[in-house]
Amino acid sequence: MDWGNILELSLRELIGVQAIVFALAAIGINVQFGYTGLLNFGQAAFAAVGGYGIAVIVTTYDMSFWLGLVVGIVGAIVLALLLGIPTLRLRADYLAIVTIAASEIVRLVGRSAWGRDVFGGSDGITGFSNAFYDLNPFTEPFEFGPFQFRERVLWVLVVGWVLVAVCTLVVWLLMRSPWGRVLKGIREDEDAVRSLGKNVYAYKMQSLVLGGVIGALAGMVYSLFQGAMQPDVYATNFTFFAYAILILGGAATVFGPVLGAAIVWFAFQFIDLALRGAIQQEYIPSWLMDANDTGAVRFMLTGIVLVLLLVFRPQGILGDRREIALDAR
Amino acid sequence: MPDDNLSLTAKREAAVTALADVPREPGAKKPDPILVADDVKRHFGGLLAVDVDHVEVQRGSITALIGPNGAGKTTFFNLLTGFDRPNSGSWTFNGRSLHGTPPFKVARAGMVRTFQLTKALSKLTVIENMRLGATQQKGESFWRAMLPFTWRSQEDAITQRAEELLARFKLDTKRDDFAGSLSGGQRKLLEMARALMVEPELVMLDEPMAGVNPALTQSLLEHVSNLREQGMTVLFVEHDMDMVRDIADWVVVMGQGKILAEGPPETVMSDPRVVDAYLGAHHDQSLAELEEQLETGTLAEEVAAELGQEPAETVAVERTGETKDGR
Repeated sequence: MDWGNILELSLRELIGVQAIVFALAAIGINVQFGYTGLLNFGQAAFAAVGGYGIAVIVTTYDMSFWLGLVVGIVGAIVLALLLGIPTLRLRADYLAIVTIAASEIVRLVGRSAWGRDVFGGSDGITGFSNAFYDLNPFTEPFEFGPFQFRERVLWVLVVGWVLVAVCTLVVWLLMRSPWGRVLKGIREDEDAVRSLGKNVYAYKMQSLVLGGVIGALAGMVYSLFQGAMQPDVYATNFTFFAYAILILGGAATVFGPVLGAAIVWFAFQFIDLALRGAIQQEYIPSWLMDANDTGAVRFMLTGIVLVLLLVFRPQGILGDRREIALDAR
Repeated sequence: MPDDNLSLTAKREAAVTALADVPREPGAKKPDPILVADDVKRHFGGLLAVDVDHVEVQRGSITALIGPNGAGKTTFFNLLTGFDRPNSGSWTFNGRSLHGTPPFKVARAGMVRTFQLTKALSKLTVIENMRLGATQQKGESFWRAMLPFTWRSQEDAITQRAEELLARFKLDTKRDDFAGSLSGGQRKLLEMARALMVEPELVMLDEPMAGVNPALTQSLLEHVSNLREQGMTVLFVEHDMDMVRDIADWVVVMGQGKILAEGPPETVMSDPRVVDAYLGAHHDQSLAELEEQLETGTLAEEVAAELGQEPAETVAVERTGETKDGR
């Protein structure tokens, strides 16, 4: 087994596009769920709206890439308002139900035959990322030790990590401000916050919109990287994956989602390659599993790790143990 | 500091004097009401939980709202503070109608409540709980929140005020602890202190003594009467009569959703209607006796009599008196 190679490929995933996409999605959920206590189970819908914003504007309507960016973000804001207006006055569970349904609605409308002319059906939309890659200032591959990145990937990574950094900075600034204090208060007990003269509904809406816009950025990065907007990428498992990452890293921590995303994608790649290597070397007997099973087994192992984490470190990697201890009282 | 003591008694004195000429009857008019409620009704299905014709709360006084469990005290509180909507009715605070006003606007108007089940925000520190109470914070707007220099000086002022209040409520040593790590009594104190951060005119305390270590109740009572000394009006729900006697200037008694009686504590507590509402009309009988009466049918007569249709009331009461003596 070539451990050097396995480690190198895994480290690429640590800072890879998948990690960026899920870090962004999880940062959005962190604002909503981690800090405000809003159960948004429809983060996939926000990501899909972001991706469709660019794809539809550029490919279907042949308009500017920049307009596509704006449409994607405005679309996420509108979606947040649509979901929030009827549900945010109600108990937390209603938002969860409505958002999970909405995320499937967005995906199913996107892949429907009815909307094929606009959304491209189940094949999705391609050919909208040229304007983005035309902006690429990198003309040759970047080499760093054993790592080599092609210019296109490099461009996505740079833009993506800058976005992650900006979003993290915004969350950091907000959560140490009085605004963030109100959100955390709402998470603990919204009636108490109401009784202190705060417009809880407006704060929840702001939180939902902010998290949704960050989710839309995740969808934009992913579809620009792929060069294609495919609706089925944004099924409900996208959302739950982002939740798992957030909980792993530590909900209501500033760097938790980023760390969680990096670790998960690193671990995924590492487990996959290590298993394949072990099968090839016949360390693992073929009656137990073959190379085709690694995809499933790595999910199983990830699941076990998550369960162990929730048992032994429920606050996540970066969370504060004392906060969890309070829940038991 | 004799001056302090003087003003302390003076405020209570003033409240008692102002209420001296108020008739001791439900719905009595007060000389300077801060809160006036009219015809407030709230149904839960077939149950009429609150049915208040008229009630006024005197400015600068401590008014206790008492009554047995299920009398509708907390529901009435919820209605007044906007946490629940009435089926009908109107009320004004400082002459301004608050009907249909959402809770946060009620609080901003100067009427701040606490809760029976204490709502300390567990995962916020004590000082953060306090800071949250301050109103009109610049840093609570989304865009300005990201620019700390726009709210830093205000935050410092708020923190200073919060620390003063914490010191007064003897929570200053807990400043940086999570609120969730406080004891029940400390949480009550924190909630009260936090409510004061809003700078209210009327403080509404829902059972401030419930679930508090008896050793702490005395200090809680002092804090409540201190509120009046600082010029605030207090309306509080309680069902322990002794607590009420110590600090209240005026007592409003609720039973089955209605205002049954009003008056200074001494007068109200000797009122037979109040005693009945609290202990039940049959409070001096054992359950076994009542059961016996139920079997012999005398209780039914008595109930009918109490409802006011049958003149046979005296007979029934005499007969029960006999059985009691016979044992």
